[in-house]
Amino acid sequence: MTRPLVLRGGRIIDPSQALDIVGDVIVVDGKIAHAGPKAGVPDGAEIIDCTDMIVSPGFIDVHCHLREPGREDVETIATGARAAAAGGFTAVCAMPNTDPVTDNQAAVGFVVRQGQKANAARVYPIGAISVRQEGHALAEVGEMVGAGAVAISDDGRPVASAQLMRTALEYSRTFTIPVVDHCEEPTLAVGGAMNEGIVSARLGLRGVPSEAEEIMVIRDILLSRRTGGHIHIAHASTKGSVELIRWGKDRGINVTAEVCPHHLSLTEDAVEGYDTNAKMNPPLRTADDVAVLGQAVRDGTIDVIATDHAPHHYDEKEREFADAPNGIVGFETALAVVVTALVGSRIVDFPTLIERMSVGPARIFHLPGGSLARGRPADITVFDPAREWVVDPAQFLSKGRNTPYAGRKLRGRAICTVVGGRIVYHIGAQEH
Amino acid sequence: MADEIVELHDGTEDLVLVGIQRRGVQLADRIAQLIAEREGEPPRRGALDITLYRDDLQTVGPRPVVGPTDIPGDIDGARVVIVDDVLYTGRTVRAALDELADFGRPARIGLAVLIDRGGRELPIHADVVGKRVELRRDQRVDVLVNELDGQDSVVVVPKTAPPSDAGRAAGGSRAKKVPTPPGRRTAGEKSA
Amino acid sequence: MTSPLGKDLLALEPLTPEQIGLILDTAEPFKEISERAIKKVPTLRGSTIVNLFFEPSTRTRVSFEFAEKRLSADTVNVAASGSSVSKGETLVDTARNLEAMRIDMVVMRHGASGAAQFLAQRIESTVINAGDGTHEHPTQGLLDLLTLRDHFGDLRGLRVCIVGDVLHSRVARSNIWGLQKMGAEVAVCGPRSLLPNAIAEFGVTVFDRVEAAMEWAQALNVLRLQLERMTAGYIPSLREYNRVFGVTRERLERVDHDVLILHPGPMNRGVEIDSDVADGPHSVILNQVTNGVAIRMAVLYLLAGGRPELAETAKSTPGGER
Repeated sequence: MTRPLVLRGGRIIDPSQALDIVGDVIVVDGKIAHAGPKAGVPDGAEIIDCTDMIVSPGFIDVHCHLREPGREDVETIATGARAAAAGGFTAVCAMPNTDPVTDNQAAVGFVVRQGQKANAARVYPIGAISVRQEGHALAEVGEMVGAGAVAISDDGRPVASAQLMRTALEYSRTFTIPVVDHCEEPTLAVGGAMNEGIVSARLGLRGVPSEAEEIMVIRDILLSRRTGGHIHIAHASTKGSVELIRWGKDRGINVTAEVCPHHLSLTEDAVEGYDTNAKMNPPLRTADDVAVLGQAVRDGTIDVIATDHAPHHYDEKEREFADAPNGIVGFETALAVVVTALVGSRIVDFPTLIERMSVGPARIFHLPGGSLARGRPADITVFDPAREWVVDPAQFLSKGRNTPYAGRKLRGRAICTVVGGRIVYHIGAQEH
Repeated sequence: MADEIVELHDGTEDLVLVGIQRRGVQLADRIAQLIAEREGEPPRRGALDITLYRDDLQTVGPRPVVGPTDIPGDIDGARVVIVDDVLYTGRTVRAALDELADFGRPARIGLAVLIDRGGRELPIHADVVGKRVELRRDQRVDVLVNELDGQDSVVVVPKTAPPSDAGRAAGGSRAKKVPTPPGRRTAGEKSA
Repeated sequence: MTSPLGKDLLALEPLTPEQIGLILDTAEPFKEISERAIKKVPTLRGSTIVNLFFEPSTRTRVSFEFAEKRLSADTVNVAASGSSVSKGETLVDTARNLEAMRIDMVVMRHGASGAAQFLAQRIESTVINAGDGTHEHPTQGLLDLLTLRDHFGDLRGLRVCIVGDVLHSRVARSNIWGLQKMGAEVAVCGPRSLLPNAIAEFGVTVFDRVEAAMEWAQALNVLRLQLERMTAGYIPSLREYNRVFGVTRERLERVDHDVLILHPGPMNRGVEIDSDVADGPHSVILNQVTNGVAIRMAVLYLLAGGRPELAETAKSTPGGER
């Protein structure tokens, strides 16, 4: 039983209630007791001064890689959950491309329990679509959902077989979960290390054309239309994908989509000098793609911002570009990158940002959270929208240090993260 | 100088004049012409760029430009006379001797220089000298030739002055212009 | 740094026309050394150079070895295994080991684009890129420029067409940058499946048919069809490639002017080029090989800039003069 908590004097933005007001949020017994104008303080309450901060429903990251089981050397569920909390996330959804793959109820249960032990951000497992993610046999979706899985995905890989995707979309309807696809046509993308374009031609690196993503996006949208299943497009990265998603939504097809902060702020030029910290899948694209994705976040064609947090060992990234693994960490820079790239340039305002990082994820993945309405679980993010800081990977709580943002000055920082009424991150306590 | 060379080598048979880049080449040409006027036939002429044989390549700073080297025919058994404009430390001639050794084995190698300013750092000795000059360590002597610099002159400048080429007089009032037609003996000069 | 090219030679793309001109000019006197009976000068005596080849290569490695030995350097050849991921040492460890042995220079060929830069950023020794993946092969580009300059005198306005698998060719890329910087007009010709999709953004003309390329060009640089680089079938067969794109005597005879023929080697006779062209009067392929040694000697000479602190000392003491 924790003390009551008062987050005092911040700007409370809760799009789920169309709320945007300076006031207090009061938490009692792990639930929201009040979110509105200044109110009386319960006895024995812990008071956090939130002047000049924004207080919002907790951020939810629907796409991340926690590497456990199998690669505890680069991240564990515990270190990942704590890093997520330091980034302002109250919940994360962990992708199943672990070793062994999370494709059965025991594995899902393991992730759930590890997440509970971590006592930081909530961890919701995503189960595999196919056994061992091999793209052949459907995994036991019902069992996995029963053990706590909130979605299914073969992320890390695409679902190459249209027949399997169709079956997954049909079967998932029973459990009302989204099917998350990593859209990549394998024969077009094979051997690709970056976006195909003038930069890849100059650097002599094999490129992945944007069509490799778009072909699968439209395939999945058409299958969703036929089956009525919910397709969620992971890490959309091209303007072509945005056009196709809009086409699908205009026709009432059950498609949602996410974008990663790095695809909103960096282009293929970041690969100059063969920097492996700019290597991820899907790759960084062109300025045009970045601009269109930003607008899509604004108008809601893209529903959700997710990090695709993918830690890798220093040795693995310290290699020739073509041999280095794909992926960058994202928990601890996501908020700042999005604030700097989108809010700073007035493409998106804070209510929209919170919609995409909290309300939207909760709604789409049917998760508790995403609201500060009375009685809801007290998952809250307090952040300073104006605070400038320089990214120093050595300070990350994540075990991963692979970020293209090292040394950059960004604006926006999580100050305090509350999960179920408990403070799981407070900047003052962490800072050196 | 031309006379002395011929005298020294008992005629022009097997004589090869090899000028050191850059101005030694022009001087060698002129001496060869003078020899031709006096003896009827010009001796064989060659040019040597010693940059790649320098002993100070590691410390001289930015890479010096390498000029052309052209040694005509065979020098085995020949009488070679190295011709250069200024003899100072002797290191250039040392490099030239090493380079010539890679081309063959002359019967004899002599050295003819326009200006000997002393200050030797190696046991190198000129057989034929146009003029001896006494200079301080902080001074330098530059030879200018018409073919490259638009004038024939010998100037003494401070050691740190920029090169005198293309007729540009350096060092202001401290430059002493000493016009010296090549090939003419002046009082006090002795060969060998 | 007392080298006019910086610490390393990794690519032609970042060089200025002046730097490229300097290398070509410096190569001229080095040509003469290879004509002497004693093909050696003491310039790099005492320098240690490692030829680190991760991809097999006879011609480039031997050319570099001659260049190094003719400058009196001590050379060691290391044939290393493929990528970091496969068995053996990582590239980082290889780099550190070389540095620990106090190597002066490394000449490296590697299958991964960017590998030369990767090495150069991690060791203090000079790194010369002898070919990194499909990125660049700067000394090849330079020797091609020298060969063209020998023949035409001036590279400005010269029309040169690169024929073949440009997509996978580091020679093509180095040539495109080198030629453009020296003021030449550059075109490429080949099946579209072997040209980078973004090729128009390189500022080159694109010919779909080799006949048209020959009409336009004063010189052709014919690329080897890179069998080992193709992971999928970009063209249906070698026979078809020769029929449609082959540089043949019949095609050249139909053109109203002489076209100079270059090829980086090794040649697939009867595929991208016919023997009677390769051995014919307009071929300068062997000149390329001769120039290759001179260019590499010039590059080694220019990069072995010596120790800057000694240069400072030398300036302030007497001596070092004639």
